[in-house]
Amino acid sequence: MTLHTLNRRTLLKTGAAGIGAAMLPFGLPRLAAAQEALTIGVVYVGAKDDFGWNQAHAVAMEILKATPNVTVVEEENVPETDACAKSMESMINIDGAKLILGTSFGYYTPFMLDLAAKYPDVAFRHAAPLWKDSDPANAGSYFCYLNQAHYVDGVAAGLSSASGKIGFVAAKPIPSVLSNINSVLLGARSVRPDATVQVIFTGDWSMPVREAEAANALVDAGCDVLTCHVDGPKVVIETAEARGVKSCGHNASQAPLAPKGFITGAEYKWETIYTMYADMLAKGEALPNVVVGGYHNDMVRNTAYGAGATPEAIAAADAAIAGLKEGKPIYVGPLKDNAGNVVIDKTYDNYDPYLDGMNYLLEGVIGSIT
Amino acid sequence: MMPEAALQTVLIAMLGGAIRVSTPYLFVALGETITEKSGRINLGLEGNLVLGAMVAYALSFHTGLPWLGVAGAFAAGLVLGLLHGTICSLPKVNDIAVGIALMSFGIGIAFFFGKPYIQPQAPRLEGLALGEWSSNPALRQALQINPLFFLGLVIAVALWWALANTRPGLILRMTGDSEPSARAMGVNPVRVRILATVLGGGLAGIGGSFLSLSYPGSWNEGLSSGQGLMAVALVIFARWNPLRCVWAALLFGAAGALGPALQSVGISQGYYFFNAAPYILTLFIMVASARSGVAAHAAPGELSIVK
Repeated sequence: MTLHTLNRRTLLKTGAAGIGAAMLPFGLPRLAAAQEALTIGVVYVGAKDDFGWNQAHAVAMEILKATPNVTVVEEENVPETDACAKSMESMINIDGAKLILGTSFGYYTPFMLDLAAKYPDVAFRHAAPLWKDSDPANAGSYFCYLNQAHYVDGVAAGLSSASGKIGFVAAKPIPSVLSNINSVLLGARSVRPDATVQVIFTGDWSMPVREAEAANALVDAGCDVLTCHVDGPKVVIETAEARGVKSCGHNASQAPLAPKGFITGAEYKWETIYTMYADMLAKGEALPNVVVGGYHNDMVRNTAYGAGATPEAIAAADAAIAGLKEGKPIYVGPLKDNAGNVVIDKTYDNYDPYLDGMNYLLEGVIGSIT
Repeated sequence: MMPEAALQTVLIAMLGGAIRVSTPYLFVALGETITEKSGRINLGLEGNLVLGAMVAYALSFHTGLPWLGVAGAFAAGLVLGLLHGTICSLPKVNDIAVGIALMSFGIGIAFFFGKPYIQPQAPRLEGLALGEWSSNPALRQALQINPLFFLGLVIAVALWWALANTRPGLILRMTGDSEPSARAMGVNPVRVRILATVLGGGLAGIGGSFLSLSYPGSWNEGLSSGQGLMAVALVIFARWNPLRCVWAALLFGAAGALGPALQSVGISQGYYFFNAAPYILTLFIMVASARSGVAAHAAPGELSIVK
């Protein structure tokens, strides 16, 4: 839905700016006082209560709002176009935001990079591992390695499935999505060597009708556990429950949507990063350019086990979580992709930058990225 | 997988997809047919669709009665249609511009009032299990058909018959083809057009209730990926014929199911292309129908785009 890009916020703020400018001589003392507080602007690509990616961020922002002296300005449904640059710019110029959080993959290049060059006093942080040394110093990336929680999903799914066939509804073949798919496979194969993951790409982050079609097609192909990586997993989880198969969640907790078949789910803990940023800015410290984390530093978690998880699955998943907290690697090489080429030559640490460039599906995954 | 089995899977998925995905297209297209037959275009039915989806979900959630939700969606569509019909009856108002404005309006109020309903789960419309005779679970699923689909078919046939055989049908066609003739007959074209727009808007609202209460069966802001707009294009393809609207909607539904179905049988290369199938189809249809003299002949003469 790119048609309704004329957004309420831009319109209101533009009007407010005009009024503000007219009242400038009278308003100055209050503005000066307001600058002591820290304003953080956050831009979401979808609705912030979508049961998914945006909700995971919004839940963390709610925790941040409770922090003294922190003001949060938010905007939802901002497409990955010039519109996101306009939103961010208005947050800087009108709300006085000192930290801009862009939470959708396509915001970074070129929009946030251009703005970072234009506003050197504002910190820009983007939720994907994209920052490079050549990028502006006031820009940066933060990322939680959700694939670790998906690995745990895979372990639990492998032992909760009768057929060993896991279905995966994915949005776009970008590295973090591919890593989640591959991690589900490796988790499942760690407990059940014949497990497979069948993937269907919908092509975009929020396509409810096509996600339902994909979920139905996977069940028809014999999968008896479904999981997904789309912005709002509600449709996939509800379709799985309606078709009588089990499901694993993604991004936020979907346990209430599938009382019969929910196994567990991969969830972010963005609040760990966001409260750290706010603390550092309050103390006047420079933010690190790259913040990454996973199970070892409390940045991801798994949803509490649902009725679909068997006792063996729960025991194995708990053991997998304990292993990840100690840094046990997921990608134990050598591993081949599903065309037979060796793509992972050796065992990599869970945070190794080599894995951020993932552009393959491992052997055992049925599907193609093009 | 055996090629025959794979082909069967894809065909069943397309059959199921045609039935599941086509219903919103069908209702919007039928609504637009009524409106355009009166000589007016309502491009804003996407707004009716989204608002109908929201209202249906909210009512079903609060009352536990999904059919009341469908009725509410119909009513919400009627109100938006009345707004469009009335505004366009003022002098020198362009119906296309009003349609686009009302589309934004409908979507905007749906998002505004829909916020509290994204999270909760509302009772859904249950489908009729018509595939119990089959041992193939995929076929059984494909034949899990929602009553709204049959309602759409009934409306299409009734509309087709009424347009050709009844006095109101004649008045509607005449108003759309030639305003002076209508006036000469003592018909008030403004009243006919307002009524046609109101009814068309209401049908589009029902299409929205199918999205939120049946398939995919939940309310969120990305629910409609432009189905309301595509359906307006379908009407031109269907040459303002309600029966052709049915075929066109089924074709679009099947095309939409093609992408996921091919990936499920292992034909996963080129899924972007297959996912674009309904849109490519629209383009070809528009080009083909624009070149055909028959289409130009079938267009109501009073439509602002053909005048």
